[in-house]
Amino acid sequence: MSFELFMFLVTAAIALAGGVGMIVARNTVHSALFLLLNFFAIAVLFLLLHSPFLFAIQLTIYAGAIMVLFLFVVMLLGVESIEDRTKDRLAGQLWLSVVLTLILMVQAITITLLAEPAESQAQNTALLDQLADPALIGATLFTTYLLPFQITGVILLVGIVGVVVLHQRAHLYGPLSETEREFAEQYAAERTASGQPAEQAS
Amino acid sequence: MVETSYYILLSASLFTLGILGVLVRRNAIVVFMSVELMLNAANLAFVAFARQQGNIDGQVLVFFVITVAAAEVAVGLALLVTIFRNKQTADVDAISQLHG
Repeated sequence: MSFELFMFLVTAAIALAGGVGMIVARNTVHSALFLLLNFFAIAVLFLLLHSPFLFAIQLTIYAGAIMVLFLFVVMLLGVESIEDRTKDRLAGQLWLSVVLTLILMVQAITITLLAEPAESQAQNTALLDQLADPALIGATLFTTYLLPFQITGVILLVGIVGVVVLHQRAHLYGPLSETEREFAEQYAAERTASGQPAEQAS
Repeated sequence: MVETSYYILLSASLFTLGILGVLVRRNAIVVFMSVELMLNAANLAFVAFARQQGNIDGQVLVFFVITVAAAEVAVGLALLVTIFRNKQTADVDAISQLHG
């Protein structure tokens, strides 16, 4: 077994363990940390696939920025709680989804194993070294993919504006707290009882 | 050298794990994380095929996927925070009405 295959197998096992751990962990913070493990493993796989640029991007954007955002929201909301499985609306939901997912996985694996192996450039180390250069990605990004690159910028802008607007609304008109809501309902009920037209309590 | 098909098998397994997470978990944040897992699985397949074809386009596409995923996570988590403020829950079954 070559060193590369050994590294691949170990990293793949870590990636799968991270994925499984994320699903089975009861605590949401643990789920996020398992997902982080998975991201790290995939970053190492990118390195094995001769793309150091994506290795760096995966670590900074995914493992850095996105996971921090996830952990921040989990801790802000305090939803580390245990889920109540007994409240499933659809009976046997859990087992049905496990069976369906297994069928899908078997299909995907069968198709991959049955596929004719195409001509591979993976042995061509000179070409791979050339492709590993981040400068080539940059050049392609600003020539062939210039328009998608600009559109991505617009998407990010829309994302920023959307997030700001969502929080602005929550701040200005603010959803009522439990006690405020009870008070508003009581007030509306009293007005209806005394014959006055009910006001819209929003 | 590791065969491309090994990477595709791993990618398929991770993708189905993500689908399983979306289906069985009720916590909206964990559902979100499962979607991220699926995106990562797709990225892995992209890079594996890019290596097989000896082509840079796959890597550029992964770059786009990561950027759009970042925007999607920011908006999605903002929505979750707003829903949590309204409903005091992150349970996906509790968010079944369009009428707030």
